[in-house]
Amino acid sequence: MKRLFVKGNEAVAMGAIEAGCRYYFGYPITPQSDIPEYIAREIPKVGGVFIQAESEIASINMLLGASASGARAMTSSSSPGISLKQEGISYMSGSELPGLIVNICRSGPGLGGIDASQADYFQSVKGGGHGGYRIIVLAPDSVQEMYDLTMLAFDLSDRYRVPALLLADAVIGQVKEALVPHPYVAPADLPSKEWAVAGKQGRSDQRIVKSLYLGDGELEAHNWRLHAKYEELKKHEVRFEAYQTEDADFVVTAFGSAARIAKSAVMMAREAGLKVGLLRPVTLFPFPEQALSELADRGIPMLCVELNTGQMVDDVRLAVKCRVDVAFYGRAPGAGSLPTPEEIFKQIQKNMAAKL
Amino acid sequence: MTTQYKQVFGRPESLKDVATHFCPGCHHGTIHRLCAEAMDALDIQQRTIGVASVGCSVFLYGYFDIDVVEAPHGRAPAVATGVKRVRKDDVVFTYQGDGDLAAIGTAEIIHAANRGEAITVIFVNNTTYGMTGGQMAPTTLPQQRTSTSPTGRDVANDGYPIRMAELLAGLEGVAYSTRVAVDSPQHIIAAGKAIHHAFDCQVKSGGFSFVEVLSTCPTNWGMDALKANARVASEMIPYFPLGVFKDAACAEEGA
Repeated sequence: MKRLFVKGNEAVAMGAIEAGCRYYFGYPITPQSDIPEYIAREIPKVGGVFIQAESEIASINMLLGASASGARAMTSSSSPGISLKQEGISYMSGSELPGLIVNICRSGPGLGGIDASQADYFQSVKGGGHGGYRIIVLAPDSVQEMYDLTMLAFDLSDRYRVPALLLADAVIGQVKEALVPHPYVAPADLPSKEWAVAGKQGRSDQRIVKSLYLGDGELEAHNWRLHAKYEELKKHEVRFEAYQTEDADFVVTAFGSAARIAKSAVMMAREAGLKVGLLRPVTLFPFPEQALSELADRGIPMLCVELNTGQMVDDVRLAVKCRVDVAFYGRAPGAGSLPTPEEIFKQIQKNMAAKL
Repeated sequence: MTTQYKQVFGRPESLKDVATHFCPGCHHGTIHRLCAEAMDALDIQQRTIGVASVGCSVFLYGYFDIDVVEAPHGRAPAVATGVKRVRKDDVVFTYQGDGDLAAIGTAEIIHAANRGEAITVIFVNNTTYGMTGGQMAPTTLPQQRTSTSPTGRDVANDGYPIRMAELLAGLEGVAYSTRVAVDSPQHIIAAGKAIHHAFDCQVKSGGFSFVEVLSTCPTNWGMDALKANARVASEMIPYFPLGVFKDAACAEEGA
C-alpha cells in the first residue's frame, strides 16, 4: 500500500473527494484553511464545485441547498465559524438533511486563540443550535482517521438523514503523519435519496424539504420521529477504541488529540507495572455509554482527560451512574497548554494511589 | 350548428387548486399567479425548484405545484446557490419579503447577485414585516408608522428605506434588475412580463435576474384593501420608482 505523508486537514479533503463529495462551501479560518485550499485545487479536476462563500452562514446554507438537491456536500470551519453555522445545522436537522460539517476546533471563548482545544464538545454533542436535536459527531485521533472517519461521516449522515460533524482540533488538523489512502466503497444498502428536490420531472408528488410544521400535533410527531432516529444511532452506531482495558484496574478516557497523549501515558503506566487502560470514544454522539457502564460494573475508577475545563467528563459520569469515581484532568486551551504524557502519567499515579 | 367555446382564462398548471391563506387585499396571491403563468408559458414547471423564505410567503409549497426547499430567514439566495450548483439544468427561484431579503439576508442577496448565480429572485416589498405583525422593515417609508416605529420612521434614528433593485443593478453579476407593481391592471400586465422575462433570462442565458414587486399589506397597514392598493401609487412608487435598472445579458429579449 502506498503511504503518503500528509496533514490531517489534507486527509479530510482527500477522504471527502474520494467518498464522492463534489460540492464544498466554506470561508477561510485558521487552523482549517488547508481544507478549502486543497479542495479548491483538487475538486475541479473531478468535476466538482468549490465556492468560497461570503460567510459561514452562507456556506452552511449552500450546503443545505446542495444536500436538499441530493448531492454529497460539505463545509468546514473552526470554532467561531462553527458558531455561525449553528442556525443552518438546526435547519438541516429539522429538515432531515445529511451533510458533513468539519470543525478543526480552536480555542475560545470569543476570538480566543488558534491553539488546539476540545472546548466545543458541548456545542457539538448536545445540539449546538436551537430547537433540540442531535447530530452525528466523530472524533478522529490521527491523520488516518481524519481520512477514514470523513468517509464514514458521509455514509452515516446519508443513512440516517442526520448532519454529521467531524470534530478535530488544531493538533490533528495540522500534524503531518503517514496516511494510507484507500478507495471508497459505498455501503450496498445505503438508501437512495428519493426525497431530494429535482424539479417534478413528471412526478405526481411534490417534494418539499422543510422544517416548519404548524398543523395540530405535526411538530410533536416530527420531534419524536427525530428522537427515534437518535435512539437508533445510539443502538447501532457507537464506535470506540478500548486499549488494554481487559485486565485494567484503572482506565483513562479521552478523545481526539488528548487521547493520543493519554495513550502514551497509559503505555508509561504499563511499563511501570500499573494495569491501566484507555477508552477512547470515536463517536462522541452516539456516546459509548454501554462500554463505560461495563467498566463501572467491574468497579474500575477512571480519569477523564480533556483539552478544556471539563465537558466530556459529565457524560462519562452520567454513563457510570456514580458507581465509580471519575477524576478529571483538563487543560484550558491556550498557547503552551497541551499536557505532556508525563503530566498525565502523574495524574494516573495520583488517582490510583488514592484508590489503592 | 354547435357553438365552439375556447377557454381563454384559467388557473395556471403550476398553481394548485387551493385557496390561499393571504389576507384580503394582499398582493401575494397575484404575484404567485404571475410566477405560475411565467412557468406555464416557458414550460418549466416540471424542472423548476422554488426556495421559500421566512414570512407570509413561506407556504409557497402549498400553492405552487413544484419541488420546494424551505430556507432559514434571509438565507434563500445561499440555499438557492447550493440547489442550482447541483441542479444546473433546472430553474431555481427564491421568493422573499423585504425583511428577509433587505435586512437579515442582505449579505446573501448581494453575494449571490455578485456571483451571477443563475437564479431568479422575486422580491416582495410591502414596506413592513407581515407575518410578525407589522414591524418596521428596511423598506418602511420615512414617517411611516409601524408597531416598532410608532411615531413614524425617523430617518435620523432608523436610516432610510433601501432601494434594492437599484442597488443590485450596480453589480457586475446581475443580468436583469427591475421594479414593478401590481396595483393596477396595467401594472399587473407589466409585472407579468417582467417576471416572465426574469425566468427567461435564467433559462436562456443563465443570468441572475431580480424582480422587485411593490405590494400591499392591508392588515398591517391598518387599511382596507382599496386604500392599501391606492397607497402603492400615492406613497410607494414615488419613493420606489418603477423601471428596468439593468438588462444586460438579456437585452436582446426585450422586457
